[in-house]
Amino acid sequence: MRVAVLRFPGSNCDMDTLRAAQLAGADAYFVWHRDTDLQGADAVLVPGGFAYGDYLRAGAIARFSPVMDSVVALARTGAPVLGICNGFQILCEAGLLDGALVRNAGLKFLSRPVAVRVESTDTPFSGAYRVGDTFRMPIAHGEGRFVASEHTLNRIEQESRVVLRYVGTNPNGSLRDIAGITNPDRNVVGMMPHPERAAHRQVGETRGAGVFDSLMQFAQVIGGAQ
Amino acid sequence: MARFHVEVKVVPRATLLDPQGQAVEHALSALGFPGVERVRVGRLLTLDLEASDAHAAREAAQGMCERLLANPVTEDFSVGIAAGD
Repeated sequence: MRVAVLRFPGSNCDMDTLRAAQLAGADAYFVWHRDTDLQGADAVLVPGGFAYGDYLRAGAIARFSPVMDSVVALARTGAPVLGICNGFQILCEAGLLDGALVRNAGLKFLSRPVAVRVESTDTPFSGAYRVGDTFRMPIAHGEGRFVASEHTLNRIEQESRVVLRYVGTNPNGSLRDIAGITNPDRNVVGMMPHPERAAHRQVGETRGAGVFDSLMQFAQVIGGAQ
Repeated sequence: MARFHVEVKVVPRATLLDPQGQAVEHALSALGFPGVERVRVGRLLTLDLEASDAHAAREAAQGMCERLLANPVTEDFSVGIAAGD
């Protein structure tokens, strides 16, 4: 499984994301945002950080980076694409995911572990979990409040496209406590919590590794079917 | 071609919680300014633009808003056009 990890000016979770994918067994490598060649990627990870300093809106400028045309084209073929934190914001701005991420309801930048529950396992990034699995992952964002119209929210719920939901405290005022969603084709996933920061015993939390294990399991199922 | 001065105002949708606006509203009331309601904090973008006429300048600015300057999910925008220097 060849996994491209994008790098923008301002990405800062790229190394952790690469490492987490490699620990899961992926052949993961970096692709610079000005490149258009994804080098035969089977999947793309858009890491967190502050691409272009979050100028204008988080993800608004990054979404027009040359590499994003290739990412959108690959996503349209059904290939797995994951956006983490700033990556989630970029995928929303790019129109690959519904809704938008706006300033936290409490206005503060939040950097802390939060409890999340897995709501849907029918995606390439959550198949290694069970519905209802609850664990902690760190969040680190100032603009993580997921918003969408009532109509869109209802459709997301009806189609079981909420992948992760905050449990206990909703840290940022996200509508319906949404921490992560998928698209109608279920190949693109975005989440605000950082699984790559909760994927190794050395950092305390390990359940985030399931996101990357899910991708490898997905690759095996697809590979087996061919 | 003529030069136009364009002002684009972008504000959070009225239906959306605007915590910045709320914070400013509280601060204004704490300072003793009475009767303040519905404070929204948005962005003002100004730019100079070359276009054949004011109509074309407006069309171009609207295109910019739809593609980049405003997020259609969360924000409303308005465009003001004035003759440039």
